[in-house]
Amino acid sequence: MRVRKGKIVIFSLLVIAILATAALTGPQVAKSITLGLDLQGGFEVLYQAKAEKGQKITRKVLNDTAQALSRRIDVLGVTEPQISVEGEDRIRVQLAGVKNQDKAREVLGKPAKLTFRSPDGKKVLMDGADLKQGGAKQDYDPNNQPAVTVQFKNAEKFRELTRKYVGQQMPIYLDDQELSAPVIQEPIPNGEAIISGNFTVEEAKELAELLNAGSLPVDLKEIHSFAVDSALGKESLKMSMEAGVYGIIIIFIFMIGFYRMPGLVAVLTLISYGYLVLLAFSLLNVTLTLPGIAAFILGVGMAVDANIIMYERIKEEMRYGKSIPSALRSGSRRSFLTIFDANITTIIAAAVLFYFGTSSVRGFAVSLITGIVVSFLTAVALSRIMMTLLVRSNLLRRPGWFGVKESEIGEL
Amino acid sequence: MNFNLDFVGRRKLFLMISAVLLGLGFLSLLFQGLNLGVDFVSGTRVDIKINKPYDLEEAKDQLEELGYQSPDARKAGPKNEYLLFRTSQVLSPDKVNEIEKKFETVYGDNVAVNEQKVDPIIGRELARNALISVLIASVGIILYVTLRFEYRFALSAVLALIHDALFVIGMFSLFQWEVDLVFIAAVLTIVGYSVNDTIVIFDRIRENLDFNKPKTWEELKKTVNDSLHQTLVRSLNTSLTVVFAALTLFLLGGESIRYFALALLLGLAAGTYSSIFVASQIWVSWKWNSIQKAKLKAQTAE
Repeated sequence: MRVRKGKIVIFSLLVIAILATAALTGPQVAKSITLGLDLQGGFEVLYQAKAEKGQKITRKVLNDTAQALSRRIDVLGVTEPQISVEGEDRIRVQLAGVKNQDKAREVLGKPAKLTFRSPDGKKVLMDGADLKQGGAKQDYDPNNQPAVTVQFKNAEKFRELTRKYVGQQMPIYLDDQELSAPVIQEPIPNGEAIISGNFTVEEAKELAELLNAGSLPVDLKEIHSFAVDSALGKESLKMSMEAGVYGIIIIFIFMIGFYRMPGLVAVLTLISYGYLVLLAFSLLNVTLTLPGIAAFILGVGMAVDANIIMYERIKEEMRYGKSIPSALRSGSRRSFLTIFDANITTIIAAAVLFYFGTSSVRGFAVSLITGIVVSFLTAVALSRIMMTLLVRSNLLRRPGWFGVKESEIGEL
Repeated sequence: MNFNLDFVGRRKLFLMISAVLLGLGFLSLLFQGLNLGVDFVSGTRVDIKINKPYDLEEAKDQLEELGYQSPDARKAGPKNEYLLFRTSQVLSPDKVNEIEKKFETVYGDNVAVNEQKVDPIIGRELARNALISVLIASVGIILYVTLRFEYRFALSAVLALIHDALFVIGMFSLFQWEVDLVFIAAVLTIVGYSVNDTIVIFDRIRENLDFNKPKTWEELKKTVNDSLHQTLVRSLNTSLTVVFAALTLFLLGGESIRYFALALLLGLAAGTYSSIFVASQIWVSWKWNSIQKAKLKAQTAE
């Protein structure tokens, strides 16, 4: 068999491309990932709840406020917030990686009470509590300007009110600010209202999300705010990173020692896995937290597993006496469905966690799904491409390079 | 490779081992519960203003000397002049004074201490939410595996998953290791690994089942044993690599993620064990039962 130089050149170029991309852009990509509160620390605000007239600050009110704050933090796109109720009337919020602290304060502390008022703007006809939960959407008004549509729980009540004030204005306020004062042309039967008010698309989206998150049951006064260190501490983070590197080196040595040439391919696919997952985290704006790292490790495990399943199958076929190219073909074909089923089952579990989970469960699920998809692409597709190139080059002729002893090979 | 281990023949022993370990964990959960960290229980937060640069480890040592084991303490403030310390105990004023005195003797008179009772509602919500999500995820797994394989495989896989999660939770209760928010992530990771590991073995059993069509107990036993042998090198190698990774984290990762790494380590070991010794064994017993019932039906029909 002649050695095909062309395939070797392609293989080498692929290896160089992977290593060069990972080495040159890897550090930059890693730096662009936002770290969570547990890894990098963040900033914390301590609020005091202020009772309005006729209101009492109870445990339930505080809990409701904390829940509303937690939904608002989702609007900010921060994961892993830490919210705790302290003492009689205080709520402490800790946020990670917030670049614009003033903006965060604004979104958090704003009561966000939406009111529909009588023409003179004095009497409140309907308010945020009448809104259907999750019914606010960013939309466009008839003049094609960005606007927010809301849905009322009680369409009947809204129709009555719009009938009563037909031909007149019904001003819409957010807290004490008038957003718009539409004139009611005719009674509105479907319980839907459009709020326009010189919004940009971004502002309209934010308002819709804020309305969906719900207004705060109480007024919050900021007592103090300051930066906090990570729960892990810089020292521990460094130690964990180092430990991770050692762990990966051990995996590399083990794979090459046990699987020889295919093991080397596995190592290259694992490097691609690590790089691509970081890239995906960076592009998807995933905030990396300890649970995210756990998911990353699980992804490494599944990528290693996919490689091992494929190579074991190839070795098995070789022991039955098949030639190397045909063992590669049938081995990778037969292992494909196994890996596919195992990965899909885990993805289903992760998707459910994402759908029903909150904050860190959700963060874990996103990282896990990313990890599985990337591990499938690298450990199955890339691994197969590289193995095929190597085998087709006719460079790999001895079973020993697959870690198969000649004595183990049976007659076909 | 030439192994000749009769996994199926000793299945009762393996299931007994699992039952004993789970039972121990269950009893411990019942009688002493979990050692919940500050993320889940009310406690006290102490803000210590030190007013000059200080070493975090050194400050933690002061707290340890007062009897707070591996304290959850962090630096904070615009100039890092604060030490935030959280404990799951509710501190009496005497205890707070004690802390203030201790820090004054070490860091001078400028130390100011401020304490607050803390109730972490979000932590508890999260734990509840995680539990519910895992239960719903199990239903999803059962549906998919039933569709692709059969319901016996599906339920056995989910039983193994629950086995692994309960094993780790039980051990954490038994040894009273502290459970915090990250522990939830560790358990979720274990659940993911457990499913992945089990499905690969089941896939091989299914393949051999289609090929051999076993009719007798001996044949069924051989099919399952062969499948376990054929996937054994893979099972060992995969678990070795992930256990290596978790072990390095456990040994070198530092104090704060030690319990996280420990949970992963236990869970990954349990995940590998349960795929071979629990999931496959439950399946083979159940399958044989069904085959016999089908035979009996066929006989009575004649």
